[in-house]
Amino acid sequence: MDNVIEMKNIRKEFPGVVANDNINLQVEKGEIHALLGENGAGKSTLMNILFGLYQPDRGEIYVNGEKVRITDANVANDLGIGMVHQHFMLIDKFTVTENIILGSEPNKGLNIDRKKAEKEVQTISEQYGLAVDPSAKVENISVGMQQRVEILKTLYRGADILIFDEPTAVLTPQEIDELMEIMKKLVEEGKSIILITHKLKEIIKVADRCTVIRLGKSIDTVDVAEADPDKLATMMVGRDVNLSMERSNKQPGKEILSIRNLNVQDERKVSVVNQLNLQVHAGEILGIAGVDGNGQVELVEAITGLRKADSGEILVNNKDITSFTPRKVFEAGVGHIPQDRHKHGLVLDFSVGENMVLQSYYHKPYSSKGVLNYPVIYNKAQTLIKEFDVRTPSELTPARALSGGNQQKAIVAREIDRSPDLLIAAQPTRGLDVGAIEFIHSKLVEERDRGKAVLLVSFELDEIFNLSDRIAVMYNGEILAEVDPDETNEQELGLLMAGQKSEAGVPEGGRD
Amino acid sequence: MKNPRYFNLLVPILSVIFGLIVGGLIMLAGGYNPFSAYAALFEGAIGSSYNLGETIRQFTPLILTGLAVAFAFRTGLFNIGVEGQFIVGWFASVYVGLTVDAPMFIHLPLAILAAAVAGALWGFIPGLLKARLKVHEVIVTIMMNYIALHVTNEIIRAYLKASSGERTEEISATASLAAPFFRQLTDHSRVHYGIIVALLAAFVMWFILRKTTLGYELRSVGFNPNASQYAGMSVSRNIILSMTISGAFGGLAGAMAGLGTYQYMTINTAGFIGLGFTGIAVALLGANTAVGTILAAILFGGLKVGASNMQFQAGVPPEVIKIVMAMIIFFVGASYLIRWLLNRFRKGEN
Repeated sequence: MDNVIEMKNIRKEFPGVVANDNINLQVEKGEIHALLGENGAGKSTLMNILFGLYQPDRGEIYVNGEKVRITDANVANDLGIGMVHQHFMLIDKFTVTENIILGSEPNKGLNIDRKKAEKEVQTISEQYGLAVDPSAKVENISVGMQQRVEILKTLYRGADILIFDEPTAVLTPQEIDELMEIMKKLVEEGKSIILITHKLKEIIKVADRCTVIRLGKSIDTVDVAEADPDKLATMMVGRDVNLSMERSNKQPGKEILSIRNLNVQDERKVSVVNQLNLQVHAGEILGIAGVDGNGQVELVEAITGLRKADSGEILVNNKDITSFTPRKVFEAGVGHIPQDRHKHGLVLDFSVGENMVLQSYYHKPYSSKGVLNYPVIYNKAQTLIKEFDVRTPSELTPARALSGGNQQKAIVAREIDRSPDLLIAAQPTRGLDVGAIEFIHSKLVEERDRGKAVLLVSFELDEIFNLSDRIAVMYNGEILAEVDPDETNEQELGLLMAGQKSEAGVPEGGRD
Repeated sequence: MKNPRYFNLLVPILSVIFGLIVGGLIMLAGGYNPFSAYAALFEGAIGSSYNLGETIRQFTPLILTGLAVAFAFRTGLFNIGVEGQFIVGWFASVYVGLTVDAPMFIHLPLAILAAAVAGALWGFIPGLLKARLKVHEVIVTIMMNYIALHVTNEIIRAYLKASSGERTEEISATASLAAPFFRQLTDHSRVHYGIIVALLAAFVMWFILRKTTLGYELRSVGFNPNASQYAGMSVSRNIILSMTISGAFGGLAGAMAGLGTYQYMTINTAGFIGLGFTGIAVALLGANTAVGTILAAILFGGLKVGASNMQFQAGVPPEVIKIVMAMIIFFVGASYLIRWLLNRFRKGEN
């Protein structure tokens, strides 16, 4: 079969790291070729080379059998290579069509020929079953639709080879299924697809072949039909991984967190948490499942004192903390791994050591009479760095210099070290690689086993299933349903997350 | 850049060199000899004991105004009101110097303290407005400058005017920072003990920011207010505190003028003196650190004093030095340009 893309012995060095070390990649015409690897393995570097954003130090690229030099993204475009970015590059106030033609507008004299453009977009959309409304404004369409607009953008520019960069990170299970269908349809119509991902399940579902990259080297290319997920995971990480957490069954203890009739408003004075009731007990992990934007952020902010509750009660250990400041909430025994580690979790310009005492710097032994005791602080940091395997040159390194996984480990270390009765973990593993995810999951389970209450908020169903003793589905600011993870499955949860309360109860078959 | 520390040092140094080169080119274009001009400048700054004394006198308040700007900046705030804090500090120190009757060990500290408190108050107001009502501190501090200027002018005119001239009487000797011994030593320059106050203040700023929980909070809020709030710090309290402390440094600079250089306060009908505004440049060149601010203040103080000798000896208008100072700040601001040039240079080496 013909190779549409062939990358031979690609090497790319950055100061201090070899991002790509003699990587080979062959993509056949009409296949979905997955690129599997952990964060930092070199997938993005390789694709940025293919898309013309980086120049390789060594190696050759062939497109449709011809040797090419891709000096910038325009060259890539001309060669029929298109990229669907993880973070959409769309203008909210523009219509779908306006976004698609941006940069290559069809002109009629000095004016843009909107009619022609809209028709063209419509045609392409129908050809590939994308079902996008060309005249809708981007701000009014769903995230899944916005992604289709990104796909349309590349097709409109005549791409034959589409690169999908972690496309499912922002989608609901249903939207993921739809995307998979679209990808299959694209391949049927003669396109070729490179799918960048670290999610094995997606690869099994949709890809034909898979190239595994680890530490900048291509490990192997395998036929997905014959591959086994555990083996792929081992190849990706380089050692055996434990994808599902072993959890001992344990009777939950007394009530630690109790929320009664909570109402919270957002900045626009719109009620985003409505009459919410929730309990978390000692020794259990309660997972809150839900699509982003259903009030989870505001709920966590209300508990931790970052946002005022409109009405209702929040009790921790039977103590009303509803109107507490963040500091008082922490002192009442709450730990918080925030959703956005850069915005809330760390002061990036502080050293790792300084970040380790972000909530405790003002009391002994870290300071006395208003003067910081740096030796004690750094000692503590060293202990935590060791204990939580934070990879950093030293405790004096700015937090900014650490990788995402190590930044998150530092936060987890800090929060768990204060030994809170209630640990709130909001999206604790977003954007992390398998190794770091495994580590953080084990730490959360450890806290549960030590008799702490853990409130887990996650948009990743796998994570919810893996960790939770109970699952609460949040939709539109309410807890729509509470389910037992052993008695539900992804379909049911997916429907609940979309706001559909099934009448018939749990569908047959259990969890897949 | 491989070593950011080395780079942080290189930017200000190269900026100064580039600034001097551009100044030299402008002199050439105007038909002056830049070498003899800079020689005259150098001599005017440190060429004699008198000149040296005058340079110290000049950079003493600049250290303090620079610290004021740097302190606020380190905590994420822009204090453009140092000029106003300088004026109210000057006024407060002179007022205490004139009206209080006490032995020196009480009178002098009291006068200095009064200046700091007045400046602190002048910083507190914009801090409060920012923290409580989200009014931008740049707008408020600029307005506070005008209020300081015209209110003090009017008070002096109405209540404190000396029998001769547009100024107050001289303060009593018990409140003076005058240093007769050093004056003798420097051929009757106006050097005074204020330099000790300024260096102490630089130490205090370093100590607060690096060693105390207060400084930890202030820096944290400056770097990332969201994370600070998450961690339980009060962002508004820290904004107010930061502006107040920053203002206190500005007020102290005023005491340098009131108790040191002049021993009285003039009615500034011509407008601002500009020491507060120069403080912005000093802080910028000094990379907002205590030591950097001292060094930058010394440089700018020297340039200012040397400029008059440059005019006198080489006939070059002193405005050229203002251009040099502006160019230095331009190059610091355009550090990206220097980074690019350095990278270019490195590639050439390889």
